[in-house]
Amino acid sequence: MFPAAFEYTAPASLDEALSVLAQRGDDAKVMAGGQSLIPLLKLRFAQPALIVDIGRLQGMSGFARSDGWLTIGALTKHVDIERSHDLPRQLSLLPEAAHWIADPLVRNQGTIGGSICHADPQGDWGSVMLALDADFVARSSRGERVIRAAEFFQGPFTTSLQADEILTEIRVAATTKPSAGAYNKLERKVGDFATVAVAVQVELDGGKISKAGIGLTSVGPTNLKATEAEKALIGKEPTDANIAEAAKLAAQAAEPKDDVRGSADFKKDVVRVFVQRGLKTAVARAKEAKA
Amino acid sequence: MKVSMKVNGAERSGDVEPRVLLVDFLRTNLRQTGTHIGCDTTSCGACTVLLDGEPVKSCTLLTVQVDGRSITTVEGLAGGATLSPVQAGFHEEHGLQCGFCTPGMMLVGTALLDRNPNPTEDEIRWAISGNICRCTGYMNIVKAIQHAAKAKAATPVGAAAGGE
Repeated sequence: MFPAAFEYTAPASLDEALSVLAQRGDDAKVMAGGQSLIPLLKLRFAQPALIVDIGRLQGMSGFARSDGWLTIGALTKHVDIERSHDLPRQLSLLPEAAHWIADPLVRNQGTIGGSICHADPQGDWGSVMLALDADFVARSSRGERVIRAAEFFQGPFTTSLQADEILTEIRVAATTKPSAGAYNKLERKVGDFATVAVAVQVELDGGKISKAGIGLTSVGPTNLKATEAEKALIGKEPTDANIAEAAKLAAQAAEPKDDVRGSADFKKDVVRVFVQRGLKTAVARAKEAKA
Repeated sequence: MKVSMKVNGAERSGDVEPRVLLVDFLRTNLRQTGTHIGCDTTSCGACTVLLDGEPVKSCTLLTVQVDGRSITTVEGLAGGATLSPVQAGFHEEHGLQCGFCTPGMMLVGTALLDRNPNPTEDEIRWAISGNICRCTGYMNIVKAIQHAAKAKAATPVGAAAGGE
């Protein structure tokens, strides 16, 4: 299968890419690893006039730590997150989720920034970013702004990124407090999209939950942040009853549809089970992370 | 657009439309037909090549994306008439029936053993999880890669033929 014809440019610098987008952003599509975009081009679901390939730009991949933040370059490949062994223990949610993305070959080429900007409601990173309350740094020739994950995902394959902007980095809080997460994913086979997946992250303070993040995959028009369930956990002890209550609220927030992967009722129940299971795992890990 | 890249160690170049997929460039322009087109939808891994040593799907890469980089296809595994350890493993353990997935499986196995010379069965199965075989049921593919790991361990470094 061939994509429809397009113009192609691979700018030598981010500034050059931004100036191309400043002029032609509305006709252009930014490509990083291409693992979501190229299949869409081949199926001709996407037919941009211009592809701006930023995949080989230098200095936009890898991790940096400063002032309580972990910064992840937008061009960091899934595999490099999956195999990163020097991230803070509190952020083991990142490599755990990366391990579940697509298949090993796609993970060798696909990037975290590309996946986030693709904004597939069945994508894994969106839920992780919502659970971690990540910030996204967007650059354009007009300047730089920070977009909160909760405000980024607007609809299926739709984000609050403007046509002249490029996501350059992802920032997540790197706390030294007892904190941890977990990613649970149900898929029919490796490489299939999630039937349901759930990312959770909790922080403990004096035996009580001081922060909670819950992101849901494949059960709505975007990755969903289970806000009510998060709120219900704050200030509570992580007892079975409190976790079960939050899991129930998260299942209520899910908006799955019946499809080939399962019925809506089934998926809602998987959300409940995964939130419960994820929270229990995360709490146990957070206690270890403290030790 | 003009592109040039290393393919199996040799400098190759071409002039392609930006929409030409790497697998088509390899097969049609370079006549290297060992890289197969299977599903053409990023699912099966028959088109696997090594991009700077890491396995990727060449049906899901534009040729222009790999300008200046290094590609290894199945044609690059053997050293002349001598099979690489992974190829020998597939021969010894009957790691193929129809052979369609085999180039991808061998390249994934080669990259795995370069990174992890002594993988567990689980690690092998995880490594090949992006490559679909419809004949063997994977048992002998796993054995073939294990065979290669043992053969490589028994051979002094630098003495193994072929491969990258």
